[in-house]
Amino acid sequence: MNQTMTAGDPRLAPPDGTVVQVTDLRRRYGGSGGFEAVRGVSFSVAQGELFALLGTNGAGKTSTLELVEGLDRPSGGTVRVFGRDPYRDRAAVRPRTGVMLQEGGFPPDLTVAETARMWAGTLPHPQPVERVLELVDLRHRARTQVKQLSGGERRRLDLAMAILGRPDVLFLDEPTTGLDPESRHNTWQLVRALLVDGITVLLTTHYLEEAAELADRLAIMHQGRIVTAGTVAEVVAAHPARINFVLPDGLDPAELPALPGSQPPPANAPSVAAGRLTLYTDTLQPALTTLLGWANGRGLDLIGLDARSASLEEAFLAVAQSGESIRESGESVQEGVR
Amino acid sequence: MTAPTEATSGGLVRRLGLGRVSLRRIGALGRAELVLLLRNKTAATTALLLPLATVALFATFLTGEGHVSTGALLATSMFGFVLLYVVYYNLVTTYVARREEGVLKRLRTGVVTDAEILVGAAVPALVLTLAQVVLTVVAATVFFDLPVPVNLPLLLVALLAGCVVFVLLAAASSGFTRTVETAQITTMPVLILSMIGSGFTGQVASLPDGIARVFQMLPLTPVLELVRLGWLGTTGAEPPSDFVGVLAQAGRPALVVLLWVAVGVWATRRWFRWDTRR
Repeated sequence: MNQTMTAGDPRLAPPDGTVVQVTDLRRRYGGSGGFEAVRGVSFSVAQGELFALLGTNGAGKTSTLELVEGLDRPSGGTVRVFGRDPYRDRAAVRPRTGVMLQEGGFPPDLTVAETARMWAGTLPHPQPVERVLELVDLRHRARTQVKQLSGGERRRLDLAMAILGRPDVLFLDEPTTGLDPESRHNTWQLVRALLVDGITVLLTTHYLEEAAELADRLAIMHQGRIVTAGTVAEVVAAHPARINFVLPDGLDPAELPALPGSQPPPANAPSVAAGRLTLYTDTLQPALTTLLGWANGRGLDLIGLDARSASLEEAFLAVAQSGESIRESGESVQEGVR
Repeated sequence: MTAPTEATSGGLVRRLGLGRVSLRRIGALGRAELVLLLRNKTAATTALLLPLATVALFATFLTGEGHVSTGALLATSMFGFVLLYVVYYNLVTTYVARREEGVLKRLRTGVVTDAEILVGAAVPALVLTLAQVVLTVVAATVFFDLPVPVNLPLLLVALLAGCVVFVLLAAASSGFTRTVETAQITTMPVLILSMIGSGFTGQVASLPDGIARVFQMLPLTPVLELVRLGWLGTTGAEPPSDFVGVLAQAGRPALVVLLWVAVGVWATRRWFRWDTRR
């Protein structure tokens, strides 16, 4: 992980290098009887780190991010960016942040270049407009009106505007939604280059691959809470590896040997589906060795054998499918992140 | 880009909670808004032609009364229509359009302050107002043989105050307006009251006392009274006064204008919305 320091007002950076600190954050829409979209969220993002907020639609990712951006006052809890309240100390925080909202927000009748010049004119130390448009591969579209851009091009314009002011921290709300695979990879490359320069990034995404590719740490949200959090490895480690194969004719699963690290199937997951048997284990290699030794001894052919470590997808689906039961075990992880 | 030029307009602005004001940032937003206004044919037509067309229409049946000639009445009424169409109506649609496009929300993620966003969006309206006022003064002097303004500072202050009042009323009205199209309806109360109350259709002073007093409290009436005092030296009933004489008469309308500025600030804080309805 990159820890390069950027130039900035040292008074704004806490000594421990924490850039974003969110504590027991709450956001309620529509007064005291209204809907609580964020229900006690805590996390911190360190200098030079990329922290990803994952979650299903409506999990509260955008509502959380908007509070961190300082767009609204939380109904409970605190947000600190460089040690300041981004809502009340707007003037101190904003020159150091770059924001990409979920939806653009640029006048459709302006051209790309006019939009960029307008935005640059509001920033204290903007980068050259041409350079930033080049970075997001939009320079050839400079004279095109925003309303004529494709969805992906608009996303890239938005990213360009977010980095135009040389921010120390970037808040990106679903930065690659609507991008084709090539543009997505280009965006990832750009974000990685920014991380190398020491910029801190907090992003939301519902692309697991994006989080796995970019995130130093991540949190999975569900119904306004963080259910599980940590590095990709930590989050995944909470979930067992899977071995599955076509159940040989006449074999009773009870005849199988006890596998090292064996785990019960997660909630809602049948162990036999469409004739395939799925086994779960915390220790994939010894379990696989035991299974294959046993099969060799019995002269069994395990057709369609598939063994894989847990991935972010398992973790995510487990959260989405059984938020309630996971939440209990997730509390301890959440404590650890504070 | 050159170094930022921060024009900190001291105590009052800060006490209103507006923070530092940067003319450079307002300029950047204003330039973009001017491009947008010229690209929007409906808005550009409203801003450029409607005041003139309305005055031309009024010219067919208005005649001057008392110490105000027909030419003077038309010329000062032109200022009123500019404030209503170019500043008020035009800005209601601008604020609503930018809000519904998500532009206001996006701008608020940046360094610009709330006051700069509101003023920046108003720049084209204010520039056009200035241009039409100058054209009106020139045209009035050439065609209607109007006198040189009796008290130019008062005239300018009156116009500036009128702009402030109607920018604020536009911001507040945009809070009630869901789409650019419904602005035609939501702006009607302010437009109609201002028109009948401000003496476009005859002198306020010639109305029965009670009604006259109510009309004098409406937002446009005191602005136009100050304009007529500054330019002609009279609102119609009295013979024209000199530079100092008009100041004595300016007190009451000035107070009403200040009251409307206060109402406008309060209403904007109360109703203006940065984000679309969730």
